[in-house]
Amino acid sequence: MNLILRPVAAEFSKILTTRMWWILALVLFGYITLLAGGLAALFGGLDSGAITPDAMNAGGGGADLTSLGSVPLLIYSFASSVGYVFPVLLGALATTGEFRHQTLTPTFLATPKRGRVLGAKTIALFVVGAALGVVGLAASVGVGALVLGGFGVDPLLADGETWALIGRTVLAMALWAVIGVGLGVLVPSQVASIVIVLAFTQFVEPLLRFAATFTEVTADIGKFLPGAASDALVGESFYALTSPGMAVLTSWQGGLVLLAYGLAATVGGYFISWKRDVT
Amino acid sequence: MPIGAVIEFTSITKKFGQVTAVNDLSFTVEPGRVTGFLGPNGAGKTTTLRMLLGLVAPTSGTATFGGLRYRDLPRPLHTVGAALEAASFHPGRTAAHHLGVYTIAAGIPRTRVAEVLHTVGLAEHASQRVGGYSLGMRQRLGLAYSLLGDPGVLVLDEPINGLDPEGIKWIRGFLSSMAAEGRTVLVSSHLLSEVQQSVDDVIIIAKGELVHSGPLSSLDTNIAPQVIVDSPDRDALIAALTEAGLPFTSGRTGLIVAVPDPGRVGHIAFAAGVELNALHRQKAGLEESFLALVEGGDSL
Ligand SMILES: Nc1ncnc2c1ncn2[C@@H]1O[C@H](COP(=O)(O)OP(=O)(O)OP(=O)(O)O)[C@@H](O)[C@H]1O
Ligand SMILES: [Mg+2]
Repeated sequence: MNLILRPVAAEFSKILTTRMWWILALVLFGYITLLAGGLAALFGGLDSGAITPDAMNAGGGGADLTSLGSVPLLIYSFASSVGYVFPVLLGALATTGEFRHQTLTPTFLATPKRGRVLGAKTIALFVVGAALGVVGLAASVGVGALVLGGFGVDPLLADGETWALIGRTVLAMALWAVIGVGLGVLVPSQVASIVIVLAFTQFVEPLLRFAATFTEVTADIGKFLPGAASDALVGESFYALTSPGMAVLTSWQGGLVLLAYGLAATVGGYFISWKRDVT
Repeated sequence: MPIGAVIEFTSITKKFGQVTAVNDLSFTVEPGRVTGFLGPNGAGKTTTLRMLLGLVAPTSGTATFGGLRYRDLPRPLHTVGAALEAASFHPGRTAAHHLGVYTIAAGIPRTRVAEVLHTVGLAEHASQRVGGYSLGMRQRLGLAYSLLGDPGVLVLDEPINGLDPEGIKWIRGFLSSMAAEGRTVLVSSHLLSEVQQSVDDVIIIAKGELVHSGPLSSLDTNIAPQVIVDSPDRDALIAALTEAGLPFTSGRTGLIVAVPDPGRVGHIAFAAGVELNALHRQKAGLEESFLALVEGGDSL
């Protein structure tokens, strides 16, 4: 048992003894606070101007109300639908940093079974990714609910579905960190890895997802894109709003697709870079 | 007290594409002695040590500690301590945290961190980020890492690089004391003079091939010794030597005669009635001997 627990504990220690984790956590919190708080204020403002809280609680009204019912969840999902780039970055930095600073040497001297080290890193980053998920949710749910509540909109915190979404968001963020580890071993150059993360998450994938909605065939492929799979896992997303009627995976399918990306990248990277000579 | 294991290289070869960095190298390193692993830049020292430590996969051949490959050692850091030349630190981590990470990975008590930092003279800088360390401090931190598991075998790649004179003196004494405790100590260097005072055995490689191995004293006999002789009347001495048919050259401090026996030269001078004011046997310096060995092939 020590054979895997020790390397995992060492990987946690590596992350916690450098500054990157809390810098990313801080930026994630600030960014999501801004978006979630802003959107909550927008909807809350519109809502409070249009209808009274009483009418909403009574469940009366038309189509407006049913669509508004998912607004809190949409805001809460920002933690992952927008924040997923942060665990990917942390995961990629955790692996590429070992190459860049040549810490693979002391690491492999202490744990010569290299597969064990990569496994330990994956486990540690899964947990740290989940923790980033909690941070993101503290912003999206914490701040979002506060602002919604301030405008008298029900933040749905008593709703079981809200908490299920929170749980799925934590899982999605954890899986994104695993994808980051995989990317880092696939592309050990730190600069290249970061450029890929930023370009893919902020530009390439959103475009692909949008383009995929044009035909049914591409939509069937597009739903397997990692961002789409993640949104499917979480169950709510900003993209679903902008492209209604888009093909989506079920929640558990989305989770499996995301996990498959992470594992495929990690196993591929193991052979491409991790197993190689450390000179 | 940890007991050193025998390090054994058997026909180890490493090719990087077309380049043969290490070619069919076989030698053993004994416990209780400091072994200098010498060779000029690019000779293949680092590559050989990295193969020994399982960091570089040999193209063929094996390297073992008491018969076990590094990756098969049950507790590697408790058996072998290694410091390689490359600075292998995250600049944002403190020295204590850097070492702490690997104590966790290897199951070594955390108290060892302060102990080894003290041993290498970094106790005051334990909580300083390594990014701000000088070359010598990094070298010491690398050594501290190698000591974490109190190993019976030490493998150090150019440990003297970057150390100040005090540090050099300290590490020489340190290596000797480690060997005196029965540990195996293998130290690489591209300069014989750097390690000469502390090594018992030498392994010399050039262009990836073994050119010499044995006790340090074995280097002495590698170059034929010469006799230095001088006289107040040098012309008479030259005449006598020429008469006797001994080959010689003129040097700054006298004539250098290419024979090993000073008695023979003295006798010739005596027989010719030439007064001598210098007559001794000149051992070729170890360094010259070393250079002659590594420059045996075409030089770099
Ligand atoms: N990763 C690598 N790829 C290609 N060639 C390499 C690699 N590492 C080392 N070499 C080559 O192998 C040879 C031996 O290099 P090595 O670093 O082992 O020498 P060294 O004896 O440690 O030299 P130095 O005294 O300069 O440290 C050199 O010709 C070097 O160019
Ligand atoms: Mg070297």
